[in-house]
Amino acid sequence: MNRSLAWRKTVNAVMLGLTGVFTVITVSALFVILGYLLFNGGKSLDWNFFTKLPLSPGELGGGMANAIKGSAEIIGLAALIGIPVGFLAGVYLSEYESRAFASLVRYVADLLNGVPSIVIGIVAWTLVVVPTRTFSALAGAVALAIMLIPIVTRQTEQFLREVPNSLREASLALGAHKWRMIATVVVPAGSKGILTGMILGIARIAGETAPLLFTAFNNQFWSHGLTQPTATLPVQIYIRATSPYEDWHRQAWAAGLVLIGLVLLANILARLVLARGISVPRS
Amino acid sequence: MSPAHESDVPRMNPSPPPPQQPQGAASGAKLKALNLNFFYGSFQALYDISLEMKTGAITALIGPSGCGKSTFLRNLNRINDTVRNARMEGQVLLDNEDVRSIDVTRLRRRVGMVFQRPNPFPKSIFDNIAYGLRVNGLSTRGELRERVEHSLVRAALWDEVKDKLTDSAYALSGGQQQRLCIARALAVDPEVLLLDEPCSALDPIATAKIEELMFGLKDQCTMVIVTHNMQQAARVADFTGFFLLGRLIEYNKTDTIFRNPGKKETEDYITGRFG
Repeated sequence: MNRSLAWRKTVNAVMLGLTGVFTVITVSALFVILGYLLFNGGKSLDWNFFTKLPLSPGELGGGMANAIKGSAEIIGLAALIGIPVGFLAGVYLSEYESRAFASLVRYVADLLNGVPSIVIGIVAWTLVVVPTRTFSALAGAVALAIMLIPIVTRQTEQFLREVPNSLREASLALGAHKWRMIATVVVPAGSKGILTGMILGIARIAGETAPLLFTAFNNQFWSHGLTQPTATLPVQIYIRATSPYEDWHRQAWAAGLVLIGLVLLANILARLVLARGISVPRS
Repeated sequence: MSPAHESDVPRMNPSPPPPQQPQGAASGAKLKALNLNFFYGSFQALYDISLEMKTGAITALIGPSGCGKSTFLRNLNRINDTVRNARMEGQVLLDNEDVRSIDVTRLRRRVGMVFQRPNPFPKSIFDNIAYGLRVNGLSTRGELRERVEHSLVRAALWDEVKDKLTDSAYALSGGQQQRLCIARALAVDPEVLLLDEPCSALDPIATAKIEELMFGLKDQCTMVIVTHNMQQAARVADFTGFFLLGRLIEYNKTDTIFRNPGKKETEDYITGRFG
């Protein structure tokens, strides 16, 4: 009896220890990345980075201002396309279910989520770059929007489903039309979660590189309008990191730091929004 | 043996019946069910229910759990339309007009509902009451405040919340929330109020307040209340209907049902031989 108890205690301690160790390994991966970025990127981050155009290797004082602007434009346009589409699709899936069609839409959204980003890039290339015969911010935005839509759809649907049915019935019982019920009761009740989903979706597409490689391509200078090749942070990181110039390597680190800083910021923002009070108390 | 309903019931026919009684006649039936059968998919929940609910009276529906009384109530304002695979056969008449021929949102404005568990919206107290008015386009901005106050007074809640109208409805206690839901339903001036076990989640004091409220509303509003609590039916209702396994066993003046029930099942239920 005692021997068995001692054995069980030992096994328990070992397993607990193991789970602890692996947790530390997992978490430290993140901190290692952050550490590297802070150390290497912090050295090279200066005011020029945010305000100047890239210069030839060897010339000091260049920056990535055009890439920052380009990223902002493309992500902004992708959000403009992707968020309304994703949101409305999510509303449809949650509120207007008609069995066969809704299951199909849900299945397609899940599939789309799993498509490799480079394949989406090729699709956008075929759809936008080839007919317009130019790389463009528009094409990049289309590619990122295609990636954003399923994320927003599933999040919206999930948070709308969590709104209790009793609220829907209360609204209908007062004489509201269905669309009115959705707009004035259901969506506001699920708004925090939906907003979080949108923020996280944008954070996710902000760092995508592969689809931009053959849609927005790159640009050494400012791009004017949305129909020219556009520089973006992820692509710039790729180009500089794979170059033979030490100078450019440092700039790549700096860009990596900026990018992950933005993603971190978006995640924190999303958590704040979600934590700021659950809209409907879970009863 | 008392009849299950108070007048001869015409056979069900597909065309709407000709209007015979003047609308809302004092002695007339505000709401009528004629040969109502109700199905959830292939399961039949209600069998051939015929029932008249008189204007200005409180009608109680009693019976053990799962006997179909809530299902019946939900057919009166067609809230069962939202349930998938639900099917209603037979007729429900509001002022002798088939409810399926009235626009459903207008029907629900005229026939309000209070649910078993309080379900205020995640909005302020004011916005909760104003919701029905806004959605139906019933008030100008100026009138809104007045009508909200009036509803809260009718629901006996005004004194308790008049200083905190902008607070979230969830800050209220359970009993207050239920009175809020009643006020919300009353705000659109319904002709009929359906109450689905409104006090089952409430303590005795809150229950008493709501019963008092119901007495106060009698002349303005016809009420149909589903209740698990026989004593409540005996206290508040003018007429009582006893449901069992989806059928209406007996329907009569409350006094008669409780003192001199016609059917054995009714007597067994009332005396507590089954629950």
